Amino acid sequence: MTGPIVEAMNVSKILGSGPARVQALKDVSLTLNGGKLTVLMGPSGSGKTTLLSILGCMLTPTEGTVRVCGTSTSGARPEELAKIRRQHIGFVFQSYHLFSTLTVAENVRLALDVRDERGLKAMAKTEEVLASVGLTSKMASFPRQLSGGEQQRVAIARAIVAEPSAILADEPTASLDAANGQAIMAIFSAIAKERGHAVLVVTHDPRLFGFADRIVHIEDGSLTREEFTDPDALRLRKTRN
Amino acid sequence: MSLVFTLASRNLFQDRLRFIAALIGIVFSVVLVMVQMGLYFGFGRMVTTMIDHASTDLWIVASGAKCFEDLSLLNMEMQNRLAAIDGVAEVIPVVVGFSAWMLPDGAMTPVFVIGSDFTAGGLSPWNIVEGTVQSLTAPGTVAIDRSYYDRLGVSGVGATARIRGQPVTVGAITDGIRSFTTTPYVFSDLGSAQSYIGLPASFISHFLVRLKPKADIERIRQDILANSSGIQALTPDQFRDQSRSFWLFGTGAGAALFAGALLSVIVGTAIVAQTLYSSTKDHLYEFATLRAIGASNSYIYKVIICQALLNAVIGFAIAALIGTAVAHFTAKSALQIVITPNLMIELFLLTVVMCIASAIAAILRVVRVDPVIVLTQ
Repeated sequence: MTGPIVEAMNVSKILGSGPARVQALKDVSLTLNGGKLTVLMGPSGSGKTTLLSILGCMLTPTEGTVRVCGTSTSGARPEELAKIRRQHIGFVFQSYHLFSTLTVAENVRLALDVRDERGLKAMAKTEEVLASVGLTSKMASFPRQLSGGEQQRVAIARAIVAEPSAILADEPTASLDAANGQAIMAIFSAIAKERGHAVLVVTHDPRLFGFADRIVHIEDGSLTREEFTDPDALRLRKTRN
Repeated sequence: MSLVFTLASRNLFQDRLRFIAALIGIVFSVVLVMVQMGLYFGFGRMVTTMIDHASTDLWIVASGAKCFEDLSLLNMEMQNRLAAIDGVAEVIPVVVGFSAWMLPDGAMTPVFVIGSDFTAGGLSPWNIVEGTVQSLTAPGTVAIDRSYYDRLGVSGVGATARIRGQPVTVGAITDGIRSFTTTPYVFSDLGSAQSYIGLPASFISHFLVRLKPKADIERIRQDILANSSGIQALTPDQFRDQSRSFWLFGTGAGAALFAGALLSVIVGTAIVAQTLYSSTKDHLYEFATLRAIGASNSYIYKVIICQALLNAVIGFAIAALIGTAVAHFTAKSALQIVITPNLMIELFLLTVVMCIASAIAAILRVVRVDPVIVLTQ
C-alpha cells in the first residue's frame, strides 16, 4: 500500500493510577512505511515497549491517534484490536514465545490458523517461509531441539507467514550472540527490502544500526532524535532534534 | 485441519500427571453417577417386577395401597361385581403377604407369598427352569427362585418344607425372580396362599381385571370406581409409577441416590475445573502469545474447550468400561445396577457438560490475559 502503514500521531500513554500513575509516552508521533526497517532505541524504562504495544495494537493510547493501514485504533475493544493485529501485524518477541508442544512447521502455521488459513495452501506457505529463513530441515523439530538463533528465525517465520503489512520486533537479538544477532537483523532487513513490509525493531544494541533505514531514539517517553541512514555508506544523513 | 485440536491435545498430554489426575476425577465421578443411576433404575425395575410380569389391563387395589407389596385387603365378594361391568372379560384375584418358611432344621425364615389362580392365567412365576406352572395348581405346591436354595434349605423340585406349619412341596424353580427386600418370593395357588398368610378365604389383596377386545379402558375404569368404594383402579403404567414413586421417593431411597449422583457431578466438575485452570495458568504465556498474534477469543476458547472435551471423551470411555463391568458383576445380585443405552448416552452428555462447565474458570482466566505480558517477559 502507499502511504504510512502504521501511523502514531501525538500519542500519550498513562499507565497505572494513583501513586503508581506513570506517563509512559508523551506526545509521540511516528510513522512506519513499507519497505523500511526502523530501529527504535532507548534505555530501559524509556517507553520502548509501551510504544511498541501501542503501535502493535496491544494497547490503545490515552491521547492521540494510531492508524494501522488506515484503521484507527481509538476506542477499539480488545477483540477489535486483535482483528487489526491479525490482519496487519506480525510480532517477534525477545523470548521467542514459541509453543513448546508444536513443531517448527506447526508454530509457523499457527499464525495462518488463527487467520482461518488452513489446508495445503497454508502448508505450502509455511514451507516457503521456513525456507526463506533457512529452516527447511528443521520443520519437524520441536523448539527445544533448536538453538536460540534458530528459535528466533522460527518466530520471524511465524510473524511474516501471513504477510502482514508491519513486523514489530521487541529486542529480537537480546538473547542471541553477536553472530546470530547479525543474522537475524539481516533477515529483518531482507523482509523490509524484498517483501515490502514496514519493520520496526526495538533494540539497544548499536552494532545493529547498520541494518536500519532509520533510527528513532526514545527517552522518558518522548522521541528525542530520528536518524536516517545512507544505505550505501551507512552514515547519518539527517538528524532531528 | 485446525491446529486447535493439535495444540489442545499436546498441551493436555504434555503434563501426564495432571492429565491422569483429571481423568481420575472424571472417571470416579462418572462411575459414581453411573452406579447411583444404575441402582436407581435397577431398584425402580425391581420394585415393579411383579407389575411388569402380570398380564392384566387394570389393577384393582385397596384405596390406601401404595405399591404391589402393600398388604391392604379387598373383599372377595367384589369379584362378581367387577365381572358384571360391561367390557370386563375376566377378574382374577391375587393375594400377597408375609409368612414363615420352616427349614429342615426347624429354623424359620420369612417369605413373601404370592397367590393367584394359575388356571385363569393370574400372576404366574416366569423364567421357570425346573418344573411347571401347572404343577402349582395342586394345593400345597409352591414355586421358588433358585437363588434362595440356601436360604430356604431346598435344592430343587420335589423338596419339601412347611409354611406357617403347613406342608409344601416345591413344584417349580425360577431363575432371577428376586426381591429387593431380600425376602424370598413364594408362588402358590390362591387358596393355599391365603392359608399360608393366615387370611380367611374371603380376603385378597388385588384383582387383575382383563378387558374384552376393543373395550374402552378409561370408561371401564370409571365404571369400576363408581361401582365400588374404597378401591383404586389403575392401569399397569399407573400402578408401576405409583409403586416406583412410593419406593423411590416415599422411602427416600431415590432421593439419596440422586443426592449421591449430584454430589459426584459436583466433585468431578471441581476436579476437572481445577486441573484445566492450573493447566491454563501454566500455559498463560502461550495464550497471551495467541492473543498477541491476533487469535480471536473464540479461537482461544476452542483450545480450552477442546481440552475439556478430550478429558470428557477419554474419561467417559474409561468410566463406561468400569461401569459396564460393575453392572455385569451385579447382574445376579439382589439389587442389580441397570445401565441402559439411554443412560449411557445421557451420562456421556452429562460428562461433556460437566467438562465444559469445568472450562469456564479457565476461560475466565484467559479472557483477562493481557497480550502485553509477552513483551514484558
